[in-house]
Amino acid sequence: MTRPSTLLDKLWRSHEILRREDGTSLLWVDRHLVHEGSHHAFARIAARGATVAEPALTLAVTDHYAPTRDRLHIADAASARMIATLADNARRHGIELLGLDDPRQGIVHVVGPELGLTLPGLLINCGDSHTSTHGAFGALAFGIGATEVAHVLATQTLWQRKPRSMRITANGSFGEGVTAKDLALHWIAALGADGARGHAIEYAGEAVANLSMEARMTLCNLSIEGGARFGLIAPDDVTLRYVRGRPRAPVGADWNRATAHWRTLASDAGAAFDREVTFEAVDVAPTVTWGTSPDQAVAVDGRVPDPDALQPGSADAVRAALEYMGLAPGQALEGVPIDRVFLGSCTNGRLEDLRAAAAILRGRRARVPGLVSPGSSAVKAEAEREGLDRIFVDAGLDWAESGCSLCVGMNGDTVAPGERCASSTNRNFRGRQGRGARTHLMSPAMVAAAAVAGRIVDVRSLTARQAAP
Amino acid sequence: MKGWSTHTGLAVRLALDDVDTDQLIPARFMSRSRADGYGDQLLHDLRRDARGEPDPDFPLARHPQASVLIAGRSFGSGSSREAAVYALVDAGIRVVVASGFGDIFAANAVNNGLLPARVDEVDRVRLDDAVGERAVRAAVSLERATVSLDALTVAFELDDTRRTKLINGWDDIDLTLAREADIARFRERRRREASWAWPAPDGPR
Repeated sequence: MTRPSTLLDKLWRSHEILRREDGTSLLWVDRHLVHEGSHHAFARIAARGATVAEPALTLAVTDHYAPTRDRLHIADAASARMIATLADNARRHGIELLGLDDPRQGIVHVVGPELGLTLPGLLINCGDSHTSTHGAFGALAFGIGATEVAHVLATQTLWQRKPRSMRITANGSFGEGVTAKDLALHWIAALGADGARGHAIEYAGEAVANLSMEARMTLCNLSIEGGARFGLIAPDDVTLRYVRGRPRAPVGADWNRATAHWRTLASDAGAAFDREVTFEAVDVAPTVTWGTSPDQAVAVDGRVPDPDALQPGSADAVRAALEYMGLAPGQALEGVPIDRVFLGSCTNGRLEDLRAAAAILRGRRARVPGLVSPGSSAVKAEAEREGLDRIFVDAGLDWAESGCSLCVGMNGDTVAPGERCASSTNRNFRGRQGRGARTHLMSPAMVAAAAVAGRIVDVRSLTARQAAP
Repeated sequence: MKGWSTHTGLAVRLALDDVDTDQLIPARFMSRSRADGYGDQLLHDLRRDARGEPDPDFPLARHPQASVLIAGRSFGSGSSREAAVYALVDAGIRVVVASGFGDIFAANAVNNGLLPARVDEVDRVRLDDAVGERAVRAAVSLERATVSLDALTVAFELDDTRRTKLINGWDDIDLTLAREADIARFRERRRREASWAWPAPDGPR
């Protein structure tokens, strides 16, 4: 009888080409996703005269610098150069490119799953920390830096030490208005932004099993905000239903062989994790960040901390965050006025996210301006088919093209200094959305509710009124 | 990349916890080519006031020749941007001391010859106090895994793989190409046993 294995063990084993004496593994990479930011890596392989080892396993997507408006005339010279450089590198190395004019273009972590390039049992790398998104399919997916991107380009492999294993279990069912985003912010607030550092997280439990594929992607996406480079969910019927029939997904005999393998990709009963943490879904409320780190988050009906009530060490960080955010110690979060909203990103820019936001905005007006950037051009087209774009526009928000946009602030979309933005994104770091910008992370429905109220508000107060006769 | 096993230089303290990658280098600067250098963009916004004027009291402004940075409790969490490491290296930093590092940042650092020296929080505070507002001569040994300031010596943690890599200045691609036959064998087996892992030709949705 062999020792019970975790999902991480199984995925690692099936990609390990060899292990050095020092414990470092050489891993085979099944999919490599590159974007404009990969220019340093292409320059590195050019400098050593290397070629791309497996162009057919590599996909280039224009997302980080993608303009959300007027794509034919890119005003910013640096953005235009970054986009052109990616196209040049893709052409030179025979890599398929989903550029601005391609109907399949979008944020790389939205596009991979849409095309069926993201599959259970694969190892997926991208020079982007939110690559953990793809772990929602039961894939070993993790973000890498430029030197590592160059290594994957040149060899289709990567040296890596196996991370420690951690399981986060969410029991029971979520209450009304509570989403995967809230569970993520909840556990990160509980364990800290470095709480899962050095670990690969497997998410489990009834509340996780009941999540849609898109919600699972949101949960795994945010793993890195709690310090984990990897987030994993064992594939099940929900996963297989999502994957089946996608353009690049396996077909025929390959589909049968694949699914037979995918069914084995679960942690065995009795498998030991280095760390186990359990939450009750009923304890998770709509959650909002108040500070400048994703772990600085509380339930929407909560209050920001009072640094005077804290230990000196942590008090300084809280004081600095409150000062940057323009909030008073102990202030209630609900009612804080906002200046604008943003809906989009690889965290919460998929169709279900837009539907959830539109459900709140339908027949209402936003009191503040805001931008809606769908996670992909395919999401945009489908949302328009459903008429969601009209709901956003009628509410007074801008309906724009797809890209990373205001999540990372590279393409010219920014929040002005001192402005407060309710945002469906993943990082509330200082200056993330623009110099001096104040970001509050929350679910798409909560962003929509904030737009309607012009302040941070509990989305459940709007849905309750909506349900009343 | 050139290897190294000891380093002596001036240490300054940053006196900031939780410096994330977006602080190390704001996203709006990342389109530069590597050859143009990133040193002038290190901690760009943190070292300037609201009007964008450089703060002359910022530690690295007072001691621009520093090469050892005594940072805070967590350093480099967030994005995979290697430019965060380029900015440090190009500004002359060889060693960052903190009580925790972002996983991707730490990997990127070692790939560029920058030591992410993880120390106990208690030791970090001792180093922090020893440096104060000054720039203090520091000696760092990779072999002994220690950082020394005057009479104070503290141990840092770094796994053997990373230590060896910093000392040898290895280029991973060269190491990997030496394993070409193993890789080819693995690829062939995966192609045979898991043909589904290759993308299908474009099909109907």
